[in-house]
Amino acid sequence: MANPLLQVKNLHTVFPTQSGEVRAVNGINFNLDRGKVLGIVGESGSGKSVTAYSILRILDYPGNISQGEILYDENDIVKMSNGNMRQIRGARISIIFQDPMTSLNPVYTVENQLTEAIRLHTDRDRKQARERALEMLQLVGVNEPQKRLKQYPYQLSGGMRQRVMIAMALACEPDILIADEPTTALDVTIQAQILELMQELKSKLGMAIIMITHDLGVIAEMCDEIIVMYAGRICERGSADEIFYNPKHEYTKGLLRSIPNTSLAKEVLTPIEGSPVDLLNMPKGCAFAARCGSAMKVCLTEQPEEIRINEDHLASCWLNIKNKAQNIAEGEQANG
Amino acid sequence: MSAFSPDTAPKKKPFSLQLDPSLFEPASAAEKEQHDVMRESTTFFRDGMRRLVRNPLAMLSIAVLLILLVTILIAPMIVPYGYSEVIRVGGQRDRTTNNMRPFQYSEKEQEIIDAGGKVFPHIFGTDELGRDYFIRVVFGARVSLAVGFFASIIVLIIGLLYGSISGYVGGKTDIIMMRVVDIIYSLPDTLMVVMLSVVLDQVLGNALQGTILQSIGNNMLSMFVVFGLLYWVGMARLVRGQILQIKNNEYVLAARALGAGAGRIIRKHILPNCMSVIIIATALQIPSAIFVESFLSFIGLGVQAPMPSLGSLANLARGGMQIYPYKMLFPALGICLIVLSFNLLGDGLRDAFDPKLRR
Amino acid sequence: MAEHLLQVEGLKQHFPIKTGFLKKTMLKAVDGVSFTIDKGETLGLVGESGCGKTTVGRSLLRLYKPTAGVIRFKGEEITDTNIQGFRRQMQVVFQDPYSSLNPRMTVADIVGEPLDIHRLYKTQKEREEKIVYLLQMVGLNSDHSRRYAHEFSGGQRQRIGIARALAVDPEFIVCDEPVSALDVSIQAQVINTFEELQQRLGLAYLFIAHDLHVVHHMSRRIAVMYLGKIVETAVADDILARPMHPYTQALISAIPIPDPKKARLRKRIVLEGEVPSPLNLPSGCSFRTRCRYATEQCAQETPELRELAPGHEVSCWNPQ
Repeated sequence: MANPLLQVKNLHTVFPTQSGEVRAVNGINFNLDRGKVLGIVGESGSGKSVTAYSILRILDYPGNISQGEILYDENDIVKMSNGNMRQIRGARISIIFQDPMTSLNPVYTVENQLTEAIRLHTDRDRKQARERALEMLQLVGVNEPQKRLKQYPYQLSGGMRQRVMIAMALACEPDILIADEPTTALDVTIQAQILELMQELKSKLGMAIIMITHDLGVIAEMCDEIIVMYAGRICERGSADEIFYNPKHEYTKGLLRSIPNTSLAKEVLTPIEGSPVDLLNMPKGCAFAARCGSAMKVCLTEQPEEIRINEDHLASCWLNIKNKAQNIAEGEQANG
Repeated sequence: MSAFSPDTAPKKKPFSLQLDPSLFEPASAAEKEQHDVMRESTTFFRDGMRRLVRNPLAMLSIAVLLILLVTILIAPMIVPYGYSEVIRVGGQRDRTTNNMRPFQYSEKEQEIIDAGGKVFPHIFGTDELGRDYFIRVVFGARVSLAVGFFASIIVLIIGLLYGSISGYVGGKTDIIMMRVVDIIYSLPDTLMVVMLSVVLDQVLGNALQGTILQSIGNNMLSMFVVFGLLYWVGMARLVRGQILQIKNNEYVLAARALGAGAGRIIRKHILPNCMSVIIIATALQIPSAIFVESFLSFIGLGVQAPMPSLGSLANLARGGMQIYPYKMLFPALGICLIVLSFNLLGDGLRDAFDPKLRR
Repeated sequence: MAEHLLQVEGLKQHFPIKTGFLKKTMLKAVDGVSFTIDKGETLGLVGESGCGKTTVGRSLLRLYKPTAGVIRFKGEEITDTNIQGFRRQMQVVFQDPYSSLNPRMTVADIVGEPLDIHRLYKTQKEREEKIVYLLQMVGLNSDHSRRYAHEFSGGQRQRIGIARALAVDPEFIVCDEPVSALDVSIQAQVINTFEELQQRLGLAYLFIAHDLHVVHHMSRRIAVMYLGKIVETAVADDILARPMHPYTQALISAIPIPDPKKARLRKRIVLEGEVPSPLNLPSGCSFRTRCRYATEQCAQETPELRELAPGHEVSCWNPQ
């Protein structure tokens, strides 16, 4: 089997501030294979966006990667020189952001911004770059591409701007596309268009996608594999079916219980009690313990280890360890 | 399957962790609550003060200003000379007291010292009329600071009123009021200041005969009037800008929905939120007022003799600069110190309290 | 028939916008909206950005002066009159918990402000007691009253906003996207709070949101808006199960389903094209530019809301 395209090992990212160190990412491990869609789901403060920025090394000062490795094609991104990193950004790994209004430069035309990316990473001249830009605009479904090239971001609608961003990100045919909440700021009908587009492009161009969002619906639609994050740690990871139909972490279960579902039966929503954890005062033990209905004493003092639930599923929760231990103990009793 | 390859899964077997099984009992609610701690409460003010204290330049300027303040308050009690008092030694007018260097004594004073008496040293020497220079500089600083302070207050009050009305009412009123501001802004202020000073000099001179205000001197008063007429426009614009910004915040809308009237909204919602910006602007206004006053006094339009101001002292010292450079040095140093300190303090306040600059 | 708590007929809210040097065009944010809300009932108002739902809420509260139309509260017309008297009966909860609370005021002052404005207490002690009571009603406690808004999370702030709205003991609350800015797990907490309060106090809500499932959960009836007009109104279940307007159908089909198997099976209706600018509305039915069933008639005549099934009104020439 081919090696995974991207391997993240024990990543820790921190932001030193006047009031202390904000531990945004606290030791996460995952892999990404070619052509797969990996979803990272979590709420605000979970560290999902910081993870993406760490991979591309575009963290805002004073954030920095304090520990860990990010292996892309066998090279460690964390140790890479700035020059090499620049060659990767935009060309091999690209990113699209949440708010297309602020991520497109308002004083440059669409053509200018599209061709910038193309000319930075390939040796096309202006004319060739422009042709490529046109190609990309057609690929992402922008109507009247000739006209759009000359326009400025403020003249385009939200959905259109997001398409331009996607065009920019894909212009150099990267291996990995990171999408950081790409549809959160869009209306539902436009969101549907963009998600369809991303699916189409994935089949055409074969790139891997890391989809970061808090919307479980988007995750269910798009992703092959899912990582659930809370307070900078991974709660559980597995295939989409495993996570949705067989969740093993209380946080995931809580999330699934608290969204109004599509069936017509009106059930009472069961929210997750409490508030998100303060990343400046990380508690000992499991970060979710204070809000967990099934918390045990050990959860308050020790961080749970990740255990394998089955072939496609890993979780970090003491309950699973307890259950597994009990099963093994019962098994031994039955045998002996 | 792919994300879970062997080297990312943990290697240990679960029950080799050797944990106490009783730890797997459910945790009580109390235990969980301890886990979930709320950060200690700070107000906006305390937060900003903390930041201010960490700024070395700002702290230095506060220290300098405090020392200055203490000096000018205490000095007249310690130094036995008055600012307009021509020094008499033993009741006699002594011509040799004129233009003495710092810590120099006149002939007659020297005689007294030799005879065992005590003469308070002239720390900055004396001026050409035989007055102790130190006390004159101290009083000059007093005048400059007072002018700076009161002028800034006048600017603050007028600017605040004008700006808040213009900003809150909006519409045509705002447009007209701002055009007035534009017109005043476009006048050449040095020219206006000079003209107004001259005119007011005449007018106030007659009007104030015999009133209390006369003791302040109509030059000082005219300076206040000038400030009141011209320099409030910057503050008005600033206040208006702040109000326009804050007016659109949702909590103002919420207050309207609750039934709050305009007065309450301005008092409780808008002003407290722009206070920090206004205070900073006022702090930065003081040195500029002092500077204008010094400039006016330097060209002779400031306070009346014998009341000294740092600017007028500098002016008087101009002539003898070659021979008595110290006479120019001290007042100039005074102005620089005050202006620099206030500027650094203002900058420090802005870094500490301005929410936009926060990380 | 019992009178409706709130009755809105033909509400229009137009804003003049400068579009050229001396030219002005009317932005028709709300262009003829009618609905009723009964005591203790929740009407959900759903639509995408720019459809005018927030403007409807604010016009109801007279934060804008309506351009046309009639608003009746408990039978009395309030479109033109001095609204002060009604402020106690109609309140609002805003979308953004970060900007709807004054950062310089303590929680006690925020929640106590309506008490101060309407003089609802005689002694300081009474005021404090009322504030604590309100905070407890939304799941906070008296310790929180001395703190400042920025020390709380989004969900808690939103609950402070609700406590503030409840202080005057209103009968009707406009909830303007109250959970859209919150994390998913917190949304559920706040939605539950709204429901509990409705049961306890008999409140009526106009629940404005863009998330149809949340609205369906909260509301008895739902109205769907597009570009300033209501295109369909029905009982909540009917909107989801039997939508008749093409826009409603597309809206429902566009919502991602948090269920991978269902998502793979579902066939989606994807709307072509962009939303037209509200400054330049298409003639006839505003939705015709994106509608797959559009006909000549749709361009010529503007459809009206007609009752096509019991309790189910649709504004369309070709309902499906």
